[in-house]
Formats: sequence, C-alpha cells, structure tokens
Amino acid sequence: MNLEAISPAAPPLGHKIASSRLWRDRIFRSILLLSIAVALLTLFTLLIDTFLEGRPRLNGALLENMPSGRPARAGLQSAIFGSLWLVGITSLVSLPLGVGTAIFLEEYAPKNSRYIRLIELNIQNMAGVPSVVFGILGLAFIARGPLSWGFTVRTGAMVLTILVLPLVIIASREAIRAVPPSIRDGSLALGATQWQTIWRQVLPAAVPGIATGSILSASRALGESAPLLLLGALSFVTFNPTSLDSGYTVLPLLIFKYASDAKAEFHVVAAAAIIVLLVVLLAMNATAILVRNRFQKRL
Amino acid sequence: MTESMTTQDPRGGVEIRTAIAQPPPPPDPDAEPVFRARNLGVKYGDKPAVHKVTADFSRNQITALIGPSGCGKSTLIRCFNRMNDLIPGATILGEVLYHGENLYGPDVDAVEVRRRVGMVFQKPNPFPKSIYDNIAFGLKVNGIKDNVDHRVETALKGAVLWDEVKTDLKKSALALSGGQQQRLCIARALAVEPDVILMDEPASALDPVATAGIEELMQGLKEEYTILIVTHNMQQAARCSDMTAFLTVEVNEKTGDRTGILVEYAPTATIFTVPKDPRTEAYITGRFG
Repeated sequence: MNLEAISPAAPPLGHKIASSRLWRDRIFRSILLLSIAVALLTLFTLLIDTFLEGRPRLNGALLENMPSGRPARAGLQSAIFGSLWLVGITSLVSLPLGVGTAIFLEEYAPKNSRYIRLIELNIQNMAGVPSVVFGILGLAFIARGPLSWGFTVRTGAMVLTILVLPLVIIASREAIRAVPPSIRDGSLALGATQWQTIWRQVLPAAVPGIATGSILSASRALGESAPLLLLGALSFVTFNPTSLDSGYTVLPLLIFKYASDAKAEFHVVAAAAIIVLLVVLLAMNATAILVRNRFQKRL
Repeated sequence: MTESMTTQDPRGGVEIRTAIAQPPPPPDPDAEPVFRARNLGVKYGDKPAVHKVTADFSRNQITALIGPSGCGKSTLIRCFNRMNDLIPGATILGEVLYHGENLYGPDVDAVEVRRRVGMVFQKPNPFPKSIYDNIAFGLKVNGIKDNVDHRVETALKGAVLWDEVKTDLKKSALALSGGQQQRLCIARALAVEPDVILMDEPASALDPVATAGIEELMQGLKEEYTILIVTHNMQQAARCSDMTAFLTVEVNEKTGDRTGILVEYAPTATIFTVPKDPRTEAYITGRFG
C-alpha cells in the first residue's frame, strides 16, 4: 500500500510534537508542580523551624512534667491526659450515635420524606458551623444554664461530640451508601431480615469508610481549641482528670498558653508541644489508613 | 386440581393452557401448581408496570418468562418472592397463591417467603466474604446451626461448583470467575433449602461457556426445585424451559405509560412452533423486539 498517497504532506514526527501544544502541556505541568511545591515547602519550613526550636525540650520530662510557671520544669502531662480523656469520650459517644444515625438515614428513612430532608440539611449545615459557636452553645446550655455541668471533662466531651457528630454521620453515610445494593438484595433474597442484612453485610463492608471517618473526626476533636477556650480548658491545670467531673486542659490550649507567654523560654516548650501534638495526629491518621487498607484487603 | 388446567380467565382474557391436548413434550398434567397468579399486577406509584397476569406455575418445571425490554419480566418475577416490597412506591395488585396460600396475606412473613423462594440475580452478586461464608450466611441468618460444613458442601455440589472450589473454601468469593460466581450464588440459594428458585436473567452477564454451564445446572435442579427464569435470550428459553410465558409492552397512547402484559403462556414447544398469538409469532421470529 502506498502511504504517501494517503497523506502526501506528512512531516517527520519530530516536527509535529514540538508544536505549541507540547509547550502548553509543559507549562501547565510546571504550574501544577509549582503549586504542590509551594504547599509542601511551606509545610516543611514550618515543621523544620518548629522542630529546631522545640528540640532542646523534646524529652521524657516534657511528657512527664505538669504545667509549671517555671519554663525549665514546664511539661504537658495534664494536657496530654486531658486531650486523651476528651477525645476518648467524644469517640465513644459520637461513634455509636453517628453510625446509628447514618444507618437510619440510609437504610430505614423514607427517601422522599420532607422531615428526613430537613434533618439531612441540618446535619450538613452543622458540619459547617464555626466551632466557636458550639463553644458558646456549650457555655450557655451545658456548662451553665439547664445542665450546669460546669467546666468539666463531661462538658468538653459533650461539646466536642456535637461538633464531630455531623462529620461521623456524613462519613458513615457515604461508606454505607457505597455498599452495592446488589449485596443487600442478595442477602434479603436468602431470607435475612433487614437488620441481619445491615449487621452482617452492609456494616462489615462499610467498616473501612466508617473507621477512616471516625478516626479523622477524632483527630479533628484532638486539634480543636476554640470551643474549649470558652469551656474552662484554658485554666492552669496541674492534675490529670480522674473522672467526668474533673477540670481539664488540652494540648492545643496549653500550647496557646505557652506560646503567648512573655518569657521566651516558654516558646521552646510550645514548639516541643506542637511536635508532640503533630506526632499524635499523624499517628491517628496513619491508623486510619492502616485500618482502611487492612479491611479492604480482607474482602 | 383439574379446574386449573383449562380455565379461561373471565377478566384478563388470557387463556390458561396446560399441556393436556398439546403436542410434544407435554409437561406433567398432574403437576401441582406452585404459584397461581390471578390478575397479578404491579404499579410504581400510579404507573402500571405489569397488568393483570393470570397463570399457573407448576412444580419441578422450568418456566421461562420472555419478552422485549421493559415488558416487566423482572418486575413480575420479583412478585413471587416479595422483593418488590422493598421498592418504595411499588404496589401489588391481584393475587398470588403459593401452594394455595395468599403470598401477600396479612399473616405472611416476607422474610420467610424469601427463604422458601430463592433468587438468583442478573449480575453475580457474591458477598465480599469467603466462598464458605457466602454459603453459610443463609444458614446463619435462618438459625440453622447443625451440620453447617456438610450443608455447605451439599449446596456447592448441587450447584456443580464443589470440585472447583473444595480446596479453597476460605478464599474470597470475589476471586472466582463470573460463571463460578453465579454458580456460587445458586449454591447460596440452595443452601437454605428453598422450594422455588427465581432466576432473573442469570446468564446475561456470562460468556457462552459459563451460560451453558448454568443451563445444564438448571436441568439438574428442576428435579428438586421449581424454577422461574427471566431471559431475553429466546434460544435459552427454547433450550431449557418446559413452559414459556411471552410478555410484551403496551403503550398507553394518552399517558405514554408502558405496561407489561402477558400475551401467551404455553408449553415451550408450542410457543416456539405454533404460537397462537400473532405478537408472539412476531417476537420469536425476530420481527419485533
């Protein structure tokens, strides 16, 4: 066959590729690379700067000592325990509530009901409310007002629960919705009840998504400071919480306290505390990824 | 027993003909009907999807439901295990008798119906679990705890899958081929000892070899089970069914609603050689649908 006859003017391949199309491709790729570089560079600069500043205090004593007025002895213990208490209780309450709500909305609620749509809309809006608003709400109705629980672990955990609940619900709903309907049909067609289908087929298949969502919500709770600022967590606490009614402080607020102190030595402690908080957060996110991968592999 | 053989439905005008005077091969005239549909219809909201189907489905036979796309075959078959209950807005009209009992009666538990009337879907839908757990699931949810291993083996043998998977029962069912997955789904249905197996285009997602495997399997299964199969593969209906029901779509000129109606229901050999209705003839000769 004579190729020349079909496209007589076909130039050599090299020419064509070096056209403006190729240049545009290169330019865009560079711009995209640049944007990711800016993001990563900023992050690394901050991390390295903080690390260098906080390194002298990164030791066991930092974790073991209680907060103190003397920079050399100031530690994080009560804030670490306070954060653990708060995040732990928040997770314990928000997980069953959130997953339960998600199951109801996805599996039981009538799809076209106005009330259900209203509830869904509210959940979405709640996820977008600035966290300090929940703090004010907690101050007015939980710490004081009708419940009057005071500035306690119980109050803090309750407010954080309200804060992360929409996130848990939304993540769980997405995970449940991602389970193919054919799985439900297959299960029901075998004579399984709706609850058996949810408990034995839908939820196990949704675990990776639910777990990822909840762990990310827990890290959100761990990093939250604005609402707790209003709920008494800023006070100088030199004891660990022992019950739901203990006073408490949390890592982000202790960092804030140290960082805003007039003595420059405290800034070193703050930097070291930031490293600790970051490590915990990264560990939680890594757990989320591990859990997801592990469950996905099992299928 | 006998009045069901030759009754003419006074309202729907669909004639019920079982095989007494029909040419070869006559299905057993004494076969007891497992299902009797009387003016059975389905509405989605106020749109009629299937209109007044009246037919008897006999024990140990394979009945094929054929017809063009959108004629309501799948909707109809889902009336027999009450899967339509799960679709919001779907209403069942008329009556289905299952061994003489109203399937939609007030005391009937849809969950129990679905155990007795198993279903195999168009696309193989194994659970994301091991092969063993796929079969054992039905036993577990129905509270059957004895001889689980043995039952799993029996079910897999019943679906002619045992020899292929017996060494890796713990492996994920999702690793099986399409044809194996579909046979696993059949085995899963068999494990809970149903009476009827509904198959909604069970081979449409499979290659010809796997399809042949499913069809061969059906011939074996009909010894013990009653099978209703939806297919839009006419050759498949002709090859493997005893009775064939032909449905078509009627379009309401005013509303534009498309409704499935039963045109003709007769022994497969009759439908494919001497169909009574011109619409059936047009469909099976390929002039329509």
